[in-house]
Amino acid sequence: MAAAMPLALFVLLLPGPGGWCLAEPQRDSLREELVITPLPSGDVAATFQFRTRWDSELQREGVSHYRLFPKALGQLIAKYSLRELHLSFTQGFWRTRYWGPPFLQAPSDTDHYFLRYAVLPREVVCTENLTPWKKLLPCSSKAGLSVLLKADRLFHTSYHSQAVHIRPVCRNARCTSISWELRQTLSVVFDAFITGQGKKDWSLFRMFSRTLTEPCPLASESRVYVDITNYNQDNETLEVNPAPTTTYQDVILGTRKTYAVYDLLDTAMIHNSRNLNIQLKWKRPPENEFPPGPFLHAQRYVSGYGLQKGELSTLLYNTHPYRAFPVLLLDTVPWYLRLYVHTLTITSKGKDNKPSYIHYQPAQDRLQPHLLEMLIQLPANSVTKVSIQFERALLKWTEYTPDPNHGFYVSPSVLSALVPSMVAAKPVDWEESPLFNSLFPVSDGSNYFVRLYTEPLLVNLPTPDFSMPYNVICLTCTVVAVCYGSFYNLLTRTFHIEEPRTGGLAKRLANFIRRIRGVPPL
Amino acid sequence: TVSIVHVLSYLAGIAWFLALAFPPLTQRTYMSENAMGSTMVEEQFAGGDRARALARDFAAHRRKSGALPVAWLERTMRSVGLEVYTQSFSRKLPFPDETHERYMVSGTNVYGILRAPRAASTESLVLTVPCGSDSTNSQAVGLLLALAAHFRGQIYWAKDIIFLVTEHDLLGTEAWLEAYHDVNVTGMQSSPLQGRAGAIQAAVALELSSDMVTSLDVAVEGLNGQLPNLDLLNLFQTFCQKGGLLCTLQGKLQPQDWTSLDGPLQGLQMLLLMVLRQASGRPHGSHGLFLRYRVEALTLRGINSFRQYKYDLVAVGKALEGMFRKLNHLLERLHQSFFLYLLPALSRFVSIGLYMPAAGFLLLVLGLKISSLHEAGVGLEPGGSPGPSVPLPPAQGVGLASLVAPLLISQAMGLALYVLPVLGQHVAAQHFPVAEAEAVVLTLLAIYAAGLALPHNTHRVVSTQAPDRGWMVLKLVALIYLALQLGCIVLTNFSLGFLLAATMVPTAALAKPHGSRTLYAVLLVLTSPAATLFGSLFLWRELQEAPLSLAEGWQLFLAALAQGVLEHHTYGALLFPLLSLGLYPCWLLFWNVLFWK
Repeated sequence: MAAAMPLALFVLLLPGPGGWCLAEPQRDSLREELVITPLPSGDVAATFQFRTRWDSELQREGVSHYRLFPKALGQLIAKYSLRELHLSFTQGFWRTRYWGPPFLQAPSDTDHYFLRYAVLPREVVCTENLTPWKKLLPCSSKAGLSVLLKADRLFHTSYHSQAVHIRPVCRNARCTSISWELRQTLSVVFDAFITGQGKKDWSLFRMFSRTLTEPCPLASESRVYVDITNYNQDNETLEVNPAPTTTYQDVILGTRKTYAVYDLLDTAMIHNSRNLNIQLKWKRPPENEFPPGPFLHAQRYVSGYGLQKGELSTLLYNTHPYRAFPVLLLDTVPWYLRLYVHTLTITSKGKDNKPSYIHYQPAQDRLQPHLLEMLIQLPANSVTKVSIQFERALLKWTEYTPDPNHGFYVSPSVLSALVPSMVAAKPVDWEESPLFNSLFPVSDGSNYFVRLYTEPLLVNLPTPDFSMPYNVICLTCTVVAVCYGSFYNLLTRTFHIEEPRTGGLAKRLANFIRRIRGVPPL
Repeated sequence: TVSIVHVLSYLAGIAWFLALAFPPLTQRTYMSENAMGSTMVEEQFAGGDRARALARDFAAHRRKSGALPVAWLERTMRSVGLEVYTQSFSRKLPFPDETHERYMVSGTNVYGILRAPRAASTESLVLTVPCGSDSTNSQAVGLLLALAAHFRGQIYWAKDIIFLVTEHDLLGTEAWLEAYHDVNVTGMQSSPLQGRAGAIQAAVALELSSDMVTSLDVAVEGLNGQLPNLDLLNLFQTFCQKGGLLCTLQGKLQPQDWTSLDGPLQGLQMLLLMVLRQASGRPHGSHGLFLRYRVEALTLRGINSFRQYKYDLVAVGKALEGMFRKLNHLLERLHQSFFLYLLPALSRFVSIGLYMPAAGFLLLVLGLKISSLHEAGVGLEPGGSPGPSVPLPPAQGVGLASLVAPLLISQAMGLALYVLPVLGQHVAAQHFPVAEAEAVVLTLLAIYAAGLALPHNTHRVVSTQAPDRGWMVLKLVALIYLALQLGCIVLTNFSLGFLLAATMVPTAALAKPHGSRTLYAVLLVLTSPAATLFGSLFLWRELQEAPLSLAEGWQLFLAALAQGVLEHHTYGALLFPLLSLGLYPCWLLFWNVLFWK
């Protein structure tokens, strides 16, 4: 009954008519959820979401007691009047073309004039990032879904992304008061090829080397969803074990999906076998065919060769057979790639494509990067190429990073688009629907929102030779210059004995006084 | 006049070059890159049977379809877990290539990308197998696929690995590289690439045509004499030693005994072979094309000769696995070791600081000659530069004007040599009973020879008011021109610069319209760029211990001319324009000096 302690304290400190009445509704709640999706390429994606919602206006009420919401983050919101925060650590690259559009995208509200946005492409993610992230969870990694978060398995994957999203949500339809929502998300993609030795069957134990034993007692909802959508109307292709209690159907990212649902709070689920190890077996091996790509994907690269100039090219693919849609492309390019904006060309299907909106903020050396934002219409079934030329700047020698010959990173460009759906989605009450479906509420059933990131780029800049001979040359030249200078000075200077001059008025005055006093003059 | 200083300087240059193969000037190679040095890797590749089976399958499919079995390759690569893409390309050569028997070329490259887990595809390594029209290199494809399968099962990759099979050997490689970097250097038409993997850090090209090999030969010389970083070669050598493989350079065994005279003499032979290969400026393997894009690359060739002791594909595979694992450790691009070096053996090198004086001494001859002419009062401005020397009569009319005609005419000859053979091939083929390729070569020779008639043409134009001064001014200009050209060439491609300097400098210094003109003329013709090429071919075959007869040599010479022109157009090799637009006109100026009246 460890969970009862903070509850009691919470009530005690609340002066009000409720008094000791435990029936007062909790103002915070925790929902946790795991979605397992077999990807078109045969890999398996697992997405954890932990959502803490707190009906408290942190910035106005002087809150000092925290229950489920982590105090560290709450104080951050209160002190800095934070409006929204999204922080993600990602290692690996979500291959949209093979894996389909990602569930968890970055934030939807994109007014970049007010938003601060930064990317550090060279950072690595390690267990030292995972542990503090786990500590923010109310049940830590002791119970519930978080027992599966075992570092050595999570870091044995081909993609790993963990994030914290904090945002205010409306408490009612008219939005008269707000609540704070904290979502902690973690997505990993397991490489079925390496772990399964060619087989594509999986189980929770095989992926995480753990099984689920008990729900987190603090959670009001704790569920596992498994994507069992059949794409070819044939029920015999796969089998989930144990059989799910219910199934859930909805339109997710434009396609109709079916999920097997396992509710951990349903006592029968775990107590039947003391633990829950969901397994999926393919009755017929999934075809090794090239999967049809998603409607929107992108590729970015540096073209050209040599160390003087280059070109940044972004290819935007719209594979929808008959619908065109607009894409918002946001590029931040470091200042040491000097962009030539007049060379910006956008072509689709061999024709010039004029963007309907361009915002460009030029870089300032050592202060701010280039910012280029464009709204581009992608014609149906086309590839649009956006290219811009740049010149590589020569940095000051102290500005090179360690390992300068590794190259310099250019952060990914961000694509935001409303992609037409295959199936019309009906509006959902997103407080009730699963978490993976509610990060971006669908405003209109015919489109869904997608945000993609392209690859980061590695660009080599002209680099001086930082090796020992270079240093020796520099040092020797300095020594020679100093010696030569002073010797030359000594040898060519003619020395005169300067005649003592009578001096200025002050000196004459002083000497006059000295003479009067009978002291030798200066 | 030629003083003793000129002769001494020239001899010093040649002697210095010959001494390069001897120990104080050659050093042992050593690994400079820390990331590849101390880390131990254990090679686990054991897919020899698989490689052989795949090679057999590949060869069978290739025989059946008569071209690269693209669908089979795609299927196989996908089944081992790679992301597979294809690229189609086509190229019409400027004239039919008789050595490779091709004219209108179209083909398809297949490549699979192994995506490194937990990396964002910013860096990659390339393993490539060029497939020609004949059915060689099947074993290389088999080994490539088996290695891909083995690599795919490992989790330690930090860089993506691209497995590339190109059709029409180097043409396919060029098409792929141009498409990868989204540039068009040679007028290749190709489909854009669908998949990329960031900046390529290093590449290894593999050529294997038998299940067993006796040795592995390594080729480093690339397009326009570019060389990969020496560390890449050191890496290969490390795994040769570790795996007990017999590795060769220039197809020759390594000299062992460096203390006696034998080792250095063998080393000198290999050094000369390398100089000849580097001077030719052609890519000696498909790795040569990567170097333009600053991708360090080398080619490994499996040799199967009559030696007793043979290695199977596992040994070669292990060496490759080891190399890729160490390249995978790289933090930075390979940059620590030398980019400019000569190799008298696989484990010995001569650094740029040590071989440059050889060329320096040769160029000094030109410098001395220029200054002696200058001191003699020959200047472009009449009456200028009051030298302390003999007071020559003030030269009137020997200004720039008198030089315009010979300079323009010789440059025009050079331009004609560069443009006309390819442009006029159809006209020539219509009027004479020759094929296009022959027409190109014969036009080339005809224009070259026609240049020798030049002095007779220019004499009408050149004023003859001050005859002696006239040729001296022309010679001064020609010497400066030659010195500048050779100086630039030596800095970028030492071998070519040295060869040209060694042949052209003495006769350039000697050229004057007095004395026995016939002897000078013969000497000058013998040291003209074309004659140098002709002589180099003989030296090349002599060093390879396969001497040529004169008739064979002539055939080889004609083939080399055609190849030189073709390589300029297909890969952007610079030797042909350099000779036709730079050195040939310059040489004509000396010819002009010789026949000055």
